[in-house]
Amino acid sequence: MASDQISDQVLVTSPPTGVEQVSAVAHRSLGILKEAPKLPVGIILFVAVVAIFAPLLAPHDSETSVKPIKVFAPAIYAGGTWDTPLGTDFQGRDILSRLIYGARTSLLIGLLGTVFAGIMGVTLGIVSGYMGGLWDQVIMRITDAKLALPSLVFGIFLAAVLSPGLWTIILILMIVFWTRYARVIRGEVLSLRERDFVKLAEVTGAGKIRVMFRHILPNIMNTAMVLFSLTVGVAIILEASLSFLGVGVPPPTPTWGNMLADARPTLISERWTLTVAPGICIMLLVLAANLLGDWMRVRLDPQLRNR
Amino acid sequence: MVTATKTLLKVTDLYAQFTGFGGTRVVRAIDGINFTLDQGETMGLVGESGCGKTTTCHAIFRLLPPAGDIVSGSIEFDGQDLMQLSDSEMRSIRGRDMGMILQDPMASLDPLFTIMDQVAEPAHHHRGVRGGSLRERVVELLRSVRIPSPEIRMREFPHQMSGGMRQRIVGAISLSGGPKLIVADEPTTNLDVTIQLQYLNLLRDLQQETGVSLVFVTHNLGIVAKMCDKVAVMYAGKIVEQGSVRNIYNNPRHPYTQALIQSIPRLGNKDPLYVIPGQPPNLAELPTGCAFHPRCPFATEKCINEEPPYVSFGDGQESKCWLSVEEAKNG
Amino acid sequence: MADALLEAQDLRKYFPVTSGGMFSRVKGFVKAVDGVSFSVYPGETLGVVGESGCGKTTTSKLVLTQEAPTSGSLIFKGKDVSQLRGRELKEYRQAVQVVFQDPFSSLSPRMRVGDIIAEPLEVHSLMSRQGIKDRVGEVLELVGMPADVARLFPHEFSGGQRQRIAIARALATNAELIVLDEPVSALDVSIRAHILTLLEELQRELGISYVFIGHDLAAVAHISDRIAVMYLGKIVETAESLELSNNPLHPYTKALFAASLPSHPDEEREELAISGEVPSALNPPPGCHFHTRCPYYMERCSEDEPLLKEVSQNHTVACFLY
Repeated sequence: MASDQISDQVLVTSPPTGVEQVSAVAHRSLGILKEAPKLPVGIILFVAVVAIFAPLLAPHDSETSVKPIKVFAPAIYAGGTWDTPLGTDFQGRDILSRLIYGARTSLLIGLLGTVFAGIMGVTLGIVSGYMGGLWDQVIMRITDAKLALPSLVFGIFLAAVLSPGLWTIILILMIVFWTRYARVIRGEVLSLRERDFVKLAEVTGAGKIRVMFRHILPNIMNTAMVLFSLTVGVAIILEASLSFLGVGVPPPTPTWGNMLADARPTLISERWTLTVAPGICIMLLVLAANLLGDWMRVRLDPQLRNR
Repeated sequence: MVTATKTLLKVTDLYAQFTGFGGTRVVRAIDGINFTLDQGETMGLVGESGCGKTTTCHAIFRLLPPAGDIVSGSIEFDGQDLMQLSDSEMRSIRGRDMGMILQDPMASLDPLFTIMDQVAEPAHHHRGVRGGSLRERVVELLRSVRIPSPEIRMREFPHQMSGGMRQRIVGAISLSGGPKLIVADEPTTNLDVTIQLQYLNLLRDLQQETGVSLVFVTHNLGIVAKMCDKVAVMYAGKIVEQGSVRNIYNNPRHPYTQALIQSIPRLGNKDPLYVIPGQPPNLAELPTGCAFHPRCPFATEKCINEEPPYVSFGDGQESKCWLSVEEAKNG
Repeated sequence: MADALLEAQDLRKYFPVTSGGMFSRVKGFVKAVDGVSFSVYPGETLGVVGESGCGKTTTSKLVLTQEAPTSGSLIFKGKDVSQLRGRELKEYRQAVQVVFQDPFSSLSPRMRVGDIIAEPLEVHSLMSRQGIKDRVGEVLELVGMPADVARLFPHEFSGGQRQRIAIARALATNAELIVLDEPVSALDVSIRAHILTLLEELQRELGISYVFIGHDLAAVAHISDRIAVMYLGKIVETAESLELSNNPLHPYTKALFAASLPSHPDEEREELAISGEVPSALNPPPGCHFHTRCPYYMERCSEDEPLLKEVSQNHTVACFLY
């Protein structure tokens, strides 16, 4: 019908095959990565590769002493050997190997903790924003209460109550960080809820679950991604702080945080590499995560893009 | 109504463009437009979204966004070429000699300042009015835009006003500096019809009192028919037809103008509407020749290949169409 | 005349105004819709005109079951809508669809056009996947777009094309009644005629009924068979479209027509500029709500409320003048 008006249609080429679509998506995400700042992406990729291939890269076992048991200085000082380039700690364990394995724990905890916190926070944020009423009241009051506690103190409290271990730390990070997501996401949902396409879905008779996860979730993914990358850095620091305070991952598993803790007695002696090496690792990784998060915030915000 | 025939605004061969994506894409938003506006006259600038009408009025104020540039042409306002002025000279003209009324009255008013502060600002800044006489001036302005009990209302804040009142206050601000020209960009789109009528009548009364010239930027041909002396129809960055309102409505020469007039529903008439085929063009990918040819029922081979020139007719009407070229030749 | 498809009987919707805070008290009610009755017949268009705050949007929400009426009833094909449950309610929601004003907000930006149109079909699990795909192509062609645009995203279309997609979605479940909430106000002039003409053609072919809500009198009068004029939650006048255009009776309707813009500079309009703005719906004036702005005000208007009264065939008006 209306043959003379159809000229306002788009030109349509033949529909793409599945393979083409997949490759188009891959191409697009590669394209975005290409624009990403080189330094933070480089650091993160480097740490990730090191963490994945730790058993191949580490010259020694990370949890046992290098034989003969003796405290080696770094290779560049007298008494050091290139067998242990950064020296060993007071239990004779190779620092480089511990750093390499420590990257594993730090990255794993940082990423998983943030992802779990994200899943929990986004879900509760959507429910709170969309359902409103009692749901909103309860979730937001819990969030308020949580935000009133300093995260480190709260983390120490949780660590003291729960039995220590890798998964406990991840759980703690999740409990500590979900509120960041919930707050921001709820605000966004409040405005999305008023958009016509949400109303249209409701009028059609779509259930609440469908509206929340089919219509609202895809539209807040950008915000969630930005929050994710900005939280990773803080999560790594919190993990390091807990380990430093002795309530984190229990020894002998190496993490950058408990390496710092172990090196505390050396702060006044000449063995500065023991503290500086893990310190620099933490700093670089957190810096990279924050830089990437900042870039994503600009890149994914349609109002700031194309400037 | 037009007693003084002094030309107030003369825009000659104005070209403006937007550059995006690191200079790889250039959009010619205004593509060589010419028009003049006499003192006390009202001109309607009509067109669809993306035709360049808003860019035109921003260009008159030299307020294009950072990506936009006036490439060439001249804007002669009250005897001086605005293109030759320095930024600070331009700033002293804006608000004093030319005012602007924007579409959204809520966004045009600063929520943190009282009505008094906002209406007073141009008079204070540009005309050096101070103290008691400034207060008198504000009261007088508010009264002229029919705000009831202005002495009390001027101490209030924008959120305490209704939508119609806010838009009238925006009008008062644009008048505050005592301008010679007011550019109104879709001033009534957000208003209800009865409030719209009140506002349009108010603007017309104010114009008669102060002799200010008005440029109405709108897509609503009804507003043009009601308010304007002359009209310029824009399409794809060009003025395709201009002339006096009566001439254009009685004898539209450009097919686009004809189609626009026929596609509007009329009261008490249920005849099928004329449907202009196709979409308004994308300024980044303009058709060759006459930009309207893909939607034009009279398009010929020539329209696809060659751009028509402006043709002036004796009655002051100008049209940019090969049909008008023929018409002018034949008689 | 055939039986009404949808009939509203003395429909009311009051929103409580609370003092705010946790232990809020109800201070009063905004009578958004206050005793409205109308009926829509199969294949006909009912226009609803009024200014902001007149209750036309709330009326559409009541019809769309987004809000439950405070009192009064909506009868759809002989059944009370508020009594519908389960399957019957689902059927009602398939039969009654909506097209909103802003086509940039009404299509989910992260979904493909095909998924957007298919959603009502999926929600009501009406068809197989292939069936849904075919139906999507079918309705796209009905609104004058090729079937393979289904795989594109909304941002690839202009406003007019998006509004076509929104209409296609409304058609997908074989709607019998579509609420059109200012469907052309956000569009360019040359595109408005496209959409109005398309809607008329669809009605002719498919026999759908429309409730066309708008404030542009000329557009509403053009597409509607009958028009109801609303002011502050009440219907003040109803008549057939041409009758209303040629012979408006209620002073408010007259003012609306006087305020509608001319289509030619020489067109004369009866100058009936009413003063003031619409009063707050929280404390509407007593008696006839319009008396504060009415040029024909009589003492009686501020005391009694005029009722709708049939002055000629199918032309009712609520005013003491008649």
